[in-house]
Amino acid sequence: MRTSTFSIVAFAIGLAVIVFTRVFFTNEYFYFAAYVVLQYVVLSTAWNILGGYTGYINFGISAFFALGAYSTVVLHKLPELLHDTWNLTIPSIPMPVMILVGGIISGVIGLATGYLTLRLRGVFFAIATLAMAIVAQTLIVNWDYVGGSRGIYIIRPAMAPLGGGYIQYLYSLMVILAVMSVCIARWIERSQLGLGFAAIRDDEQAAEAGGVPTLRLKLIATTLSGALMGMAGAPLPYYVTYLDPTSSFSLAYAVNAVAMPVIGGMTSWIGPVIGSILLATIQQLATVTISSALNLLIVGLLLIAFVIIAPKGILGVVEAQQRRRATRLANLAARPAQ
Amino acid sequence: MNGAPILAVNGLGKRFGGFVALENIALDVATGERLGLIGPNGSGKSTLVNCLCGTVHNETGTVTFAGQRIDRLAAHRRTRLGLARSFQLPKPFHTLSLIDNLRVPLLYAVNARPGHHLAAAEVEARCHALLREVGLGDKARRLPRDLTQVEMRKLELARAVATEPRLLFADEAMAGLSPAEVEEILAVLFRLNEGGITIVLIEHIMRAVMSFSTRLAVLVAGQKIADGRPEEVVRNPEVERAYLGE
Repeated sequence: MRTSTFSIVAFAIGLAVIVFTRVFFTNEYFYFAAYVVLQYVVLSTAWNILGGYTGYINFGISAFFALGAYSTVVLHKLPELLHDTWNLTIPSIPMPVMILVGGIISGVIGLATGYLTLRLRGVFFAIATLAMAIVAQTLIVNWDYVGGSRGIYIIRPAMAPLGGGYIQYLYSLMVILAVMSVCIARWIERSQLGLGFAAIRDDEQAAEAGGVPTLRLKLIATTLSGALMGMAGAPLPYYVTYLDPTSSFSLAYAVNAVAMPVIGGMTSWIGPVIGSILLATIQQLATVTISSALNLLIVGLLLIAFVIIAPKGILGVVEAQQRRRATRLANLAARPAQ
Repeated sequence: MNGAPILAVNGLGKRFGGFVALENIALDVATGERLGLIGPNGSGKSTLVNCLCGTVHNETGTVTFAGQRIDRLAAHRRTRLGLARSFQLPKPFHTLSLIDNLRVPLLYAVNARPGHHLAAAEVEARCHALLREVGLGDKARRLPRDLTQVEMRKLELARAVATEPRLLFADEAMAGLSPAEVEEILAVLFRLNEGGITIVLIEHIMRAVMSFSTRLAVLVAGQKIADGRPEEVVRNPEVERAYLGE
């Protein structure tokens, strides 16, 4: 299917899902749970653009995610600040603009991080991204305007733009973000850019020798990946209503966003989607039926199981089965008639 | 030499910490030439290729390719100028099919040149033609892991040739192959040279080097000790000493 057709169909399905759920689901908990699942679709897809397509493992996910969230805090407080400082009155900033700004800020940070760290490879790059998350968290902890270490309360607006509750509005935006991130990932995968990313992942020296401008492509990957993570984080303050550095920079975001593509499969856009829907849904079910403390245990156990049994994820298992079936059919076709 | 130098190397030097890998290397390669570059293990042959292709940067000296200084350029820019290499240990893009392995250089090296833009169908056709040229035409959709060692070497050469180079470094393209397979690779290299590609062959198999090269350069301990007609170079006492000892 062509990318443009796929995008139109995907957005149409997304809109249909929004309309269907908002008409037939009245329980607010559904929206809280679905928001988290969709947030992980965006986060794991974003991670996979760098980690899966180019092979650069980023553990700084929580930094990009939290920077998106804190950019929303700044924008939320901006009208008040402008009024107090210059007696300037502006309306409160709409959530789609906050998402866009969160994406731009995290994208720029992604570009800068990429420029500083992409000469590193393998485990050194992974450690550098983890260190970047710690630096970002330290800055936020010491920035009083956004609440510092004590955190900040954000009051959700009483009215949601599309009618219904604000959580339903956030859910609808997250559906659109999830569809958008999947369309971007699929487009990359089928474009010249994706071919260049795959060449970098397989062998960077050979890619350079083949004319691939590896540094430029890696910067594109870090920027896109960071921007999508920031967009996923931007609505968070309105979702949780209390944002603090410890929870917003939580390592759980990083562990989940890495585990989901690994479990789903990292070489295709559908892998992170499968992994995040599967894992995040199990986590949400475990939260209400057993205990929320079990979340990371479930992720850990599944991750260990997949790394041992199916290191290429669910997609890898499906592809291996398809290959076996194709070989069997070819052998049958080649066998002389009895 | 049978033409103007396409590559001119002057005073090139490279150190790794305290180890002098290359020292004051001077080397000209003429357009259309078949130059053999030999030397014992650790003599600096692959380091020289790495310096010339931009995988590592030389610390001293200059490298001029087709009249342009290239020693500060990134590897991919040198490829786009027409300088290609195959690797000593084949480095296929192992998750990509053979046709996609060739699509990478066609899209990123050939299409990036000013005035070049191959349409998707033309890229596909060229990939198939190149695979047929090296005898891998029936394996276009297979993954590199399905190839034998000689086929892997052919893929490595095809990917270098897909950049449409003017100069090709074939770095130990025949290592580990049987005599019959060596002949297959040699035949491919001769065809490429007849097609107008200047070739520098870095090789240990002397039979192949002698039959292929029109000129021979010898590196020992990071220094060039001989350069000339193959039959004269192999009789050079310094070269004999380097290979056979005192």
